[in-house]
Formats: sequence, structure tokens, C-alpha cells
Amino acid sequence: MQASPAEIWTVILVLGVGTYLIRWSFLGALGDRDLPGWVMRMLRYTPVAVLPALVAPLVVWPAARGGAADPARMAAAAATVAVGVLTRNVMLAILAGGITLAGLLYLL
Amino acid sequence: MSPAPEPRPRNRQAAADEASARALMRSPAAAFRHGIVQSLPFLVVIIPFAVLFGVVATEAGLNLAEVMGFSVLVLAGASQFTAVQLLSDNAPAIIVILSGLAVNLRMAMYSASLLPWLRGASGRHKAWVAYALIDQSYALSIQHYERHPRLSVPQRLAYFGGTAVALCVPWMIATWVGATVGQAIPDEIALDFAMPITFLAMIAPMLRTPAHLAACFVAIVLALVLAGLPSGLGLLIAAPAGMATGALVEWRTERKEARDAGIPG
Repeated sequence: MQASPAEIWTVILVLGVGTYLIRWSFLGALGDRDLPGWVMRMLRYTPVAVLPALVAPLVVWPAARGGAADPARMAAAAATVAVGVLTRNVMLAILAGGITLAGLLYLL
Repeated sequence: MSPAPEPRPRNRQAAADEASARALMRSPAAAFRHGIVQSLPFLVVIIPFAVLFGVVATEAGLNLAEVMGFSVLVLAGASQFTAVQLLSDNAPAIIVILSGLAVNLRMAMYSASLLPWLRGASGRHKAWVAYALIDQSYALSIQHYERHPRLSVPQRLAYFGGTAVALCVPWMIATWVGATVGQAIPDEIALDFAMPITFLAMIAPMLRTPAHLAACFVAIVLALVLAGLPSGLGLLIAAPAGMATGALVEWRTERKEARDAGIPG
């Protein structure tokens, strides 16, 4: 990490204040106004769009392998998603991914 | 951690059953304790997630004060992981901040949906609710309010307060534990992949409609195609495109259902 302590604290403070304002928005400032329907629709899809977009490059080109594709990490990602979709249980999905990764890294 | 709850019809008439009668009888202190008790199962997810954050952030090079700064001042797991990931990719601060905020945009939806239930609460109380408005405190409280629509505002605030204390304080303590033990974890353990696995595990159960699948698919494809851009920039394009796709598919599905049901429009 090249970020200086000043940069790191800037990120923490601005992200903290910004996140607080998002949480406070309707309770505090916007009061009774309803969001336009299309905004509510977009907000509903923030987690399923932001998190996969963040993770996808890390799965395909993991930094720990110098950006080279890694079968163990791909298999672990696939196992996590499969168990998560089938069981709808976050902890089981994490376990499935972790065990697959540890097992394959040990074997390969 | 939990899937973002869908907005529900408000003021749903709850059955005047025993559970409701008990809820209505509770003093604010009892409602506070009730909130604590009902939060306990969520700690099974929150504590390991917070420990993991402490470990990953420490491994990425943050010191204890910085790690705790994230968990106390930001208090939003997914965005904390996002920020640390981008910081270790040496992304510019502005991109780290924008990506972290994008992850937290869903909380505007929580804020909007709690408002009708907390009308009449003082500004100071609402300010505290906003601070502790995380996925789990929101999910528990909105379920409780809808289940027992005749609760008083002090009862509602006290219940929320119980969930907030039971969920947020362990989040901070477990982060500290992770940051402290993190230094002792050997490098052979593939911790670089703990964050991707955790996020995938959170997303997978949310993929329950074609709109969610489409949003996810578009976001992934664009993120991979744009991976060559300076770090973090691809995310800022891929994520809004995925969100717009989800909204569009949902809108088309609703219009089709309305047509099939013979409703004009």
C-alpha cells in the first residue's frame, strides 16, 4: 500500500461522513419526500451490482498470484456462489469457499 | 450482510395476537432488552466478518488506529472491505471514497423506509438511529415495526437501540481482535481471497429474480472488460450500469405483468 497516513485518514473521515449522510438522509433532511420510483429501483440493485463488479477481477486475476489465473481460487469462488444460491445461507457459502480454497491449495 | 430487504407494504394490519399484546406492553427498557436478544443470532455472522476485516486491513498495511477508524466511523462492513481492497491496489483516494459510498447507497433506502415509523422522534434520536443503521439493525427493526404496528415511538426507538448496541459494539470489538491477532497469521494462508469469498457468499442468496441476475451479470462483464482502466475506475462504470440494468429489467417485468393482467399502462 502506497497511501500515506494522511490519505488513509482522509478516506476514513470522508467515507464515514458520507456514509452517515446517506443513512441520515431521509430520517433527517429529506423528511416526508418520497424518492422517485426509478431511484428506489436503482438503489435496490446496488449490492448485487457493486459487490460482484468489485470481486470479479479479483477472482479472475488474483493479485496474490501476480495477476495470473488460479484454478484453486476460481473453484473456490464457484463453490461459494453455488452453495450460496442453493442454500441461501451466507455462512455455509463462506465455509464451502474456504474449504475448497484451502483443500485445492494444499493438493495443487 | 443480509440481502437488502425489499420495501414492503406499510402499516400492514397485524393480527391482535399474544405476541403483539406482549410487545405493546413492554416498557422502553424491556423493548431495548428485547432488541438485544433478537439480535444475538446475527452475531454468528457479524463477529467473524469483523475479525476478518481486522485481519485483512492489518495485512494490507493499516495500523490499529486506522483499522478501528474504519469500524467506528464508517461502520459498514462491505464498504470497509471495498476501501481497503482499493487502497491496497493503490487507487486514488477519490476513487476509494466514491466506491465505498456506492456500496452504501442502499442505506438511503433503509432511511426512507424507517422514516414513517419514527416520525415524531427527536432530531437527536434520529441522528443516533442514522449512525447505527446497518443491514441487520434495519432488517430486525423494520420486521418488528411491521409485525406490531401499534408500538409507540419510544418503544420503537428502544427496540432499535437494543439491536444497535448488540450488533455495533461487537462489530468494533471483533475488529480490534482481528487487527490484533492478524499480525500473527502466517502468510501461507490465502487471506487475499477471504474478501472475495465473503462478498460472493453475501451476493449469491440475493440472486432471486431475473432483474437481480441481470444486474449482477452486466456488472461482472463490464468489470472484467474494463479491468485495464486505472484501478477502481472500472468499478465506477460497471456498478451503475449493473444497477440500471436491474432497474430496467424490473420495470419491464412489471409492465409485462400488468399487461398480462389486463391492466392498461
